[in-house]
Amino acid sequence: MKRLFTTDHRALALNYLILGLIAVITGTLLSLLMRIHRTWPDLAMPFHGALRPEDYLALVTMHGTLMVFFVLTVVPQSAFPNLVLPAQIGTERMAFPRLNSAAFWITAASLLTLLAAFMAPEGAPISGWTNYPPLSAIAATGPGQGAGMDLWLLSIALFCLAAILSSLNLLATIVARRCPGLTFTRLPLTVWSWLTSSALTIIAFSALLIAAALLLSDRHCGTSFFLPTGIVVNGVPQPNGSGSPMLWLHLFWFFGHPEVYIAILPGMGIASSLLANFTRRPVPAYRLMVLATLLIGFLGLGVWGHHMFVSGMNPYAGTAFGLTTIAISVPSSAEVLTWLVMLFRGRLRLTTPMLFALGFLSFFIAGGLTGPILAQPALDAYLHNTFFVVAHFHLVMAMAGVFSVFAGLYYWYPLITGRCMDETLGKIHFWISLIAAYGTFFPMHLAGLAGEPRHYAQLQGPVESFANLIPVERGITWSAFLLAAAQLIFLWNIFRSARRATPEAAPNPWQATTLEWSGVSHPTVSHGPYDYGTVSTGDFLPQWQPEKPF
Amino acid sequence: MHWLPPNGALHGSAFDHLLGINLAIVFWLFVAAQILLVVALFRRSHGSNAAKPGRALLIVDYAVLLAITGLYVWMVASSHRLWAASREQPDNGSAVQVEVTGVQFQWYFRYPGRDGIYGATKPALVSAPTGNPLGLDPADPHSTDDVVSSVLMLPSGQPVDLTLRAQDVIHGFFIPGMRLKQDAIPGMIGHLRFTPDTPGDYVILCSQVCGLGHYRMQARLRVVAPYQFNAWLAGRERALAQ
Repeated sequence: MKRLFTTDHRALALNYLILGLIAVITGTLLSLLMRIHRTWPDLAMPFHGALRPEDYLALVTMHGTLMVFFVLTVVPQSAFPNLVLPAQIGTERMAFPRLNSAAFWITAASLLTLLAAFMAPEGAPISGWTNYPPLSAIAATGPGQGAGMDLWLLSIALFCLAAILSSLNLLATIVARRCPGLTFTRLPLTVWSWLTSSALTIIAFSALLIAAALLLSDRHCGTSFFLPTGIVVNGVPQPNGSGSPMLWLHLFWFFGHPEVYIAILPGMGIASSLLANFTRRPVPAYRLMVLATLLIGFLGLGVWGHHMFVSGMNPYAGTAFGLTTIAISVPSSAEVLTWLVMLFRGRLRLTTPMLFALGFLSFFIAGGLTGPILAQPALDAYLHNTFFVVAHFHLVMAMAGVFSVFAGLYYWYPLITGRCMDETLGKIHFWISLIAAYGTFFPMHLAGLAGEPRHYAQLQGPVESFANLIPVERGITWSAFLLAAAQLIFLWNIFRSARRATPEAAPNPWQATTLEWSGVSHPTVSHGPYDYGTVSTGDFLPQWQPEKPF
Repeated sequence: MHWLPPNGALHGSAFDHLLGINLAIVFWLFVAAQILLVVALFRRSHGSNAAKPGRALLIVDYAVLLAITGLYVWMVASSHRLWAASREQPDNGSAVQVEVTGVQFQWYFRYPGRDGIYGATKPALVSAPTGNPLGLDPADPHSTDDVVSSVLMLPSGQPVDLTLRAQDVIHGFFIPGMRLKQDAIPGMIGHLRFTPDTPGDYVILCSQVCGLGHYRMQARLRVVAPYQFNAWLAGRERALAQ
């Protein structure tokens, strides 16, 4: 209990990690059930029987919500900064410790509320994690759209509140609590990432909070922000309204697209730091990387319409959003090219965290490259909502995000337990995960090109089937099983290392330069964060040591 | 590209061509980048201890960035031409008119009949069991000759103007074989203009999750020769007149 209600940021980081672990295990199990249902539709599940189409859609909705909010946002944007951000800027505490811990309790309440949707009378909502109205606004449109949908909205509203509070604290901490000498141009790129993603969080989650409140009002207070006149559900005319579902699409995606960058920017910061460390070379063009990070954040606020090319929006708007979307590819490409250059400048130390950083890079490229295709309205008009898009975001957001999380966990694990994780197990975990993740998500491009839409409970329909895709689907399913099974190695590694099976780590086991490894309580900084291989006196110069030791 | 279903639309070959080029470029960029990663992995450490190594590498880096930016500009320009040709053209008035309505979990197709005008509909009159799924108002003379079909019949080689509507929730009108997709949104009227040019049967799907029957919300597009289309429509209109 004392642990739960702590205001210590490191204890909160652990709480967030446990919360993220619960969410990722649940979300993964849901995705495996989805794969089983798609591959063997008639198979009876224990305690449940065969899955109905609405059960499948409930799995999709809950999988997406858990993974996007409680894994890909919570871990990189809440757990990691609580773990290392204060130390990286040389302070002993956050700017607003109580606000910070309140954010955790609200996040935990949000997760419980979301999971409670499974217990709702008609089950969890079935309208996907984007929950477009009127499907999400009128309970009669389907099972799960009653109490289940209310719980989802409540959960998301709570989550928004927590995310905003948590980010306010991070912003204030970065601005106000840097140690002497740590100017903005001496910040590690992880801190720049958190600065950008925190600003994005405050803006984006405010929009979602408003959208959720308005939708709850439409459902229970007789308003019609998202409901037009003339709707007939199951032959029953609905009360007249004066709104439009388009308002939800705009508000949701005004949140939804920055959210992608909130999830991935911290990973990009981790990749930069780890590549510098494990190549023993500084980040080249540090200022360019900072600029790219800020540009991605800024442009990320203006691209939401690319989720709406086929919504019937004015086609000129499609052109405009296509242009802003392509524009964001430029700073992203700049970062990728810089990382590639780093690999060819230094001496690689292929530790487990480095391998996962390389895995992040591999997925970020693989998923990122289909971005410019989907950014073209003319091509998206075919690919929208097909499995091509599912492949795209699972590679660029989910796999790249998760691999950067693994990189961070393996890297910072000694800060939590004083021990490194087992390297052999770590490498096995990496290689199986890498191959299985490609095996799972790469073939989805092909299903998408064949025109297979998302959210289909079965591939058979009254007119036509995607029967020729069934072998591909089966391969994806087996690969997904392998991917999930590989994570057991990771869990075993955490457990083993925590039980002191690995030797104690040195104070700065990775020979890093950033302040979280200093062990000094009041450091003074006189130089930049990545002084590897450039000093005559040794291999690296930590930020807590003065520029010229002799 | 053989993964795509056969194309039957006039604009489809340009679409297939553009998508093919884009996929090829992106695929080879992907392969090149992954090769670089693997090479870096197995590279023997050549890391020199020179104070400022790799300036040449950075210049290559910026050159590649410039080239990739150029590629992005080409992508925007080339696809905009196709987008403008399909979406930014006004209706020329002579197109075949069909109204598409999405209802959980069915597509309905309405032809305006001999008068060329869609009759009025009323939500209160919607009743699929009694054969009036769109709520056609019998009091409106324009309604009586409207042909409602569950199959989308279209003549080959003639421009078509589809009017998109939804009765209950958002549906996604998707004909993979026509390289066409647009959402049907309650309270909004959408338009899709295209020319089917290869006779045959094509699947119509729903691409926006719309409820538990989303996966089975499928219909059929049948593209036939113009004389067959005229005969079919005349037959349906005669049946209504009697």
